[in-house]
Amino acid sequence: MQIHSTVAVLPNDNIDTDQIIPARFLKTISKEGLGDQLFFDWRYNADGSPKADFVLNTPAAKASKVLLAGDNFGCGSSREHAPWALTQYGLQAVLSTSFADIFKQNSLKNRLLPIVMPKEAHTALFAALGENPALAVTIDLPAQTLTWPGGPVVTFPIDAFAKDCLLQGVDEIGYVLKQEAAIATFEAGRSLSLNTLI
Amino acid sequence: MPSNKPRTIIEKVWDNHIVAQREGAPAVLFIDLHLVHEVTSPQAFSGLRERGVRVRRPDLTFATVDHSTPTTPRNLPIVDQVAAAQVAQLEKNAEEFGIPYFGFQDRNQGIVHVIGPEQGLTQPGMTVVCGDSHTATHGAFGALAFGIGTSEVEMVLATQCLLQRPSKTFEVNVEGTLKPGVSAKDIILALCAKIGIGGGTGCVFEFTGSAIRSLSMEERMTVCNMSIEAGARAGLIAPDEKTYEYIKGRKFAPQGEAWDQAVAFWKTLPTDEGATYDHSVRIDADTLEPMITFGTNPGMGMAISGAVPDPAAQQDPLERESLRKALQYMNLEAGQPIAGQKIDVVFIGSCTNSRMTDLRAAASVLAGRKVNPGVRMMVVPGSQEIKRQAEAEGLDRVFREAGAEWREAGCSMCIAMNGDQLSPGQYSVSTSNRNFEGRQGKGGRTFLASPLTAAASAVTGVVTDVRSL
Repeated sequence: MQIHSTVAVLPNDNIDTDQIIPARFLKTISKEGLGDQLFFDWRYNADGSPKADFVLNTPAAKASKVLLAGDNFGCGSSREHAPWALTQYGLQAVLSTSFADIFKQNSLKNRLLPIVMPKEAHTALFAALGENPALAVTIDLPAQTLTWPGGPVVTFPIDAFAKDCLLQGVDEIGYVLKQEAAIATFEAGRSLSLNTLI
Repeated sequence: MPSNKPRTIIEKVWDNHIVAQREGAPAVLFIDLHLVHEVTSPQAFSGLRERGVRVRRPDLTFATVDHSTPTTPRNLPIVDQVAAAQVAQLEKNAEEFGIPYFGFQDRNQGIVHVIGPEQGLTQPGMTVVCGDSHTATHGAFGALAFGIGTSEVEMVLATQCLLQRPSKTFEVNVEGTLKPGVSAKDIILALCAKIGIGGGTGCVFEFTGSAIRSLSMEERMTVCNMSIEAGARAGLIAPDEKTYEYIKGRKFAPQGEAWDQAVAFWKTLPTDEGATYDHSVRIDADTLEPMITFGTNPGMGMAISGAVPDPAAQQDPLERESLRKALQYMNLEAGQPIAGQKIDVVFIGSCTNSRMTDLRAAASVLAGRKVNPGVRMMVVPGSQEIKRQAEAEGLDRVFREAGAEWREAGCSMCIAMNGDQLSPGQYSVSTSNRNFEGRQGKGGRTFLASPLTAAASAVTGVVTDVRSL
């Protein structure tokens, strides 16, 4: 899994899931149609027209598969609609110095890479994109590296199991379903008072 | 696995639930209680149908509706057709998969994190999950309780397990005695302000100390509820006599001999002497003031006597820009005292502060007073059971006579999915848990505070320290 792409930049810390997709769009019972609602309140005017100066409305961002954001991206609610909306917009990776725990889990389950960068490299990438907004980065998942012309080789951490699942297309639910025998043994070994509520 | 090494309660609950642990892989962790609501579950049930899989343990699964549901009288239909369809879908899913369901008309309906403890479903030492980040509320009982996404909801429905790595442990030690006018909400808002909204990322909090011990179970739920607002996926408090007292006799609590066995087990859960944590922080309850947020995340909070901070004083450029944007959104000036800021709406409710203790606190301020004519005040009990109890105590009359609205149970204006919302530009003092941009309605501006602060502000029409009334 390699991503080579220009980068859309949202220079805010603590971008929360209510900004990524506002709660009023969570009344859907489907996973589809969320890409247009991504960052809705930052992206559209009151009359529904796109805000020309918001980064995700620019043609360059629409062609980008990578988003660079400030620290603690995805904080707030557990809504998986956030990575659904990001991927449906066309993004495949988000770069930040840290991610909220639930968002990170949700992203990995939807083939959206949450890439944690050291602060120094993060600052350097912001600066490089400030000088050349058309700069493209390369993300190499097997090697766990992020690179760009003139920049350092940034090694990023990723959970080894999640990486395997992404690279080999492992279905995590299927993986646990196969451990039925272990689950049944565990249940049988529990005291009655803890084994059932009803 | 268990050894003689002293362990925290967090590690004990974790160890007790490991079904399988393959090298290099996350643990397969057994889940004792899975709470389900209408917003984050429909796609998970669709996934089960696509796989042709049943719910493995419907007896450990519980569903209710709270987020999309109106708080208008229950004899009225759900006007919003999209919300009505979502509620109907959960009802259908619960029936098809055989899951106990507290529906819209059920006398036990309520906010998922309120009804779990109320029914006695939440018990010490359990693993509890829900597709909702405020699941940490159940940690007040010494349960390891955390929010999960919809893919994980599907996994738990299918297998009653989750794939998890252990979190780091983080002790939040709160010693001392809270002053009058200072409450559980102020403890957790102080923690958010102290370590920031990402300060607990990757961690589970254990709240310890004399100030935590002296809190009631309802107040402990308020503290644990907002663990996620300081970045931690879960937060818990070791069980004690208050915990057992609260649970005893509730509908799903163990009975008879099973009760004695359960209590004996629960007494083994508290953190061992000599156990260590990966991180720790101290909060001094003696000097704590009523807290309020001024910005657009729960970490942007301060004592109510304080002044709005100046972005120019921030060293980090991204932090400076975030603060500048927050003040611009909130339309507040750096240096202005937060007390005295005019408000439009007061909301008492949410899984943070919608229980009897909260309603009594708000009513104690409003008794014999009136809501300021410029303020709309909404009081939304956390469950139908709380609503009945409050009415039996006459609290509804106190609210109504003061000029507040007394509504039906649900999440309401905490998440503003159900029609209860701010208009653009309006300010609220809210007892809920998030002040993100637009959280309570597009363009709305939220000050998070305790029920006491919210009620005092409703009376004056401006942000008010309850001790000044």
